[in-house]
Amino acid sequence: MRKTCVNMVYALAKRDPRIVFIGSDLSPGLLDDMKAEMPDRHYMEGVMEANVIGMAAGMAMDGYMPFVNTIATFITRRCYEQVALDLCLHNLPVRLIGNGGGLVYAPLGPTHLAIEDMAIMRALPNMTVTAVADADEMVRLMEASLDWPHPIYMRLAKGGDPIVSDAARGFEIGKAIPMRETGASDGVLIVATGVMTNRALAAADMLEADGIACEVLHVHTVKPLDHEAILRMAARARLVVIAEEHTIVGGLGSAVTDVLVENPLTPMPAIRRLGIPDRFAVNYGVQDDLLEIYGLQPAQIARSIVDNLK
Amino acid sequence: MSEVASSTPPLDERSLELRRLVVRALDGGKRGHIGSSLSLIEILRVLYDDVLRFDPARPDWPERDRCILSKGHGCIALYALLADKGFFPPAELDRFCHVDAILGGHPERGKAPGIEASTGALGHGLSIGAGMALAARMQKRSSKVFVITGDGEINEGSVWEAALATGKHKLANLTVVVDYNKLQSAGTTREIQDLEPLADKWTSFGFQVREVDGHDVDALRTCFKNLPFDGAKPSAVIAHTIKGKGVSFAESDAAWHHKSRLSDDVIAELYAAIGGRDA
Repeated sequence: MRKTCVNMVYALAKRDPRIVFIGSDLSPGLLDDMKAEMPDRHYMEGVMEANVIGMAAGMAMDGYMPFVNTIATFITRRCYEQVALDLCLHNLPVRLIGNGGGLVYAPLGPTHLAIEDMAIMRALPNMTVTAVADADEMVRLMEASLDWPHPIYMRLAKGGDPIVSDAARGFEIGKAIPMRETGASDGVLIVATGVMTNRALAAADMLEADGIACEVLHVHTVKPLDHEAILRMAARARLVVIAEEHTIVGGLGSAVTDVLVENPLTPMPAIRRLGIPDRFAVNYGVQDDLLEIYGLQPAQIARSIVDNLK
Repeated sequence: MSEVASSTPPLDERSLELRRLVVRALDGGKRGHIGSSLSLIEILRVLYDDVLRFDPARPDWPERDRCILSKGHGCIALYALLADKGFFPPAELDRFCHVDAILGGHPERGKAPGIEASTGALGHGLSIGAGMALAARMQKRSSKVFVITGDGEINEGSVWEAALATGKHKLANLTVVVDYNKLQSAGTTREIQDLEPLADKWTSFGFQVREVDGHDVDALRTCFKNLPFDGAKPSAVIAHTIKGKGVSFAESDAAWHHKSRLSDDVIAELYAAIGGRDA
């Protein structure tokens, strides 16, 4: 997904003169081909996130669309005021590409785990928050970003994640995608974002084998949130489960809960949020290990749903 | 540290007139950063009178020079210049900080014409300016970028990140001007967070540096006319100024950094100190 994303920056830059790439201190040779072809639009600026965001803002004020890339924790936490004021207050079309969203950097410990990135980004007016499911969908997000006039935070996954998205379902920023619809009433709805969507789909398969009807809504855009799709699918569910690779504080679970609380359904489905508890990680291992510890793997999601239906 | 401010000529009528506009806004809002604005007047006056390329009728003219007031709390001085130049009617100064005003306690791009960047949180302007200078370079525009910082402001680490980047890119189309009035909110810069040797710092970050008396109009004019000081480097102007300049009882007094609930009596005293309301 990351490779697809940065390669798309170059591909888009070839046909859109507004596109500029700004990295911090990334892998040697990253986008060297772009650097060779358009040296004045490829920047590798070093470990200075605050400055990089401000520079991107200055470029955007004069007509550019900078894609800024560094590790998700640093592009969100380290330069939060620059993101809030330079980008969001000015409402500029700068794209923040956050490597290693969620638990991807498990072996590196809590300094590198972006577990609250979506919460803090979505708290900012004018910010758009996205987490696509796979590399194919990343292509569609990158294409769509060209026509989006606001700042965007793009959470990237580990890479090599299973392809579950489908171009036939379309892609529009702010429009959630039903990935699995049974149409059954009184069933279960799983709302997921990012790579949790593939785990939600796997959990739904398991539940179906047990005779439990389960629909899956993929929310690649956490903000602006697709209220209509959430309310439409939740209206026929008796249980809505939000599954996210993110702290339960302020992420997709909170956002969906807000929508359901403010638009009460009759009957109101039960709501369960599956996410990362409100504490820093104490384990290492790999992403899948931490997802297992937090109960976010498919079988665990399915089991949690069965337990909640009792 | 240079003591270039010691022989400052007296303020002329134009400098006093601009100060009257500042007091007009202070009266309009009954508040404002007084000392921080008054130290800036001659810097902004010379930039807008003699240096910057702009067209008040077309504030978004791509070929214009960009002037970012990174020390956004000094905005009343900028508002005075923008009103004087016709970006908006001077009557807007009377509505400073009113609920539906276009002129707030910190400048906002898009609210009032002529404001290049929303500032107020410190340490943002130089990075934004660097981005604008790079944009000008990419677009092959001859626009120059000026970023005016405070001295307390450059305590912020982000300023030095931006200085590194500006030096790296050899942005000769960018000039940073430090309004070095030696007083930050809590006390003297020397006491709170000493900046010296300040010229050496900018030099070591890749800037060509000049120091100037920030209230000597002729000296400022000469300084800015020589930009860039080195065709392969960004320029830094350390403008030695006096906080509260022109209002004798406020000069170099940290208590006049910001005032709220300004009474009519205080406004009258401010006018009196600069030669009267209608001089």
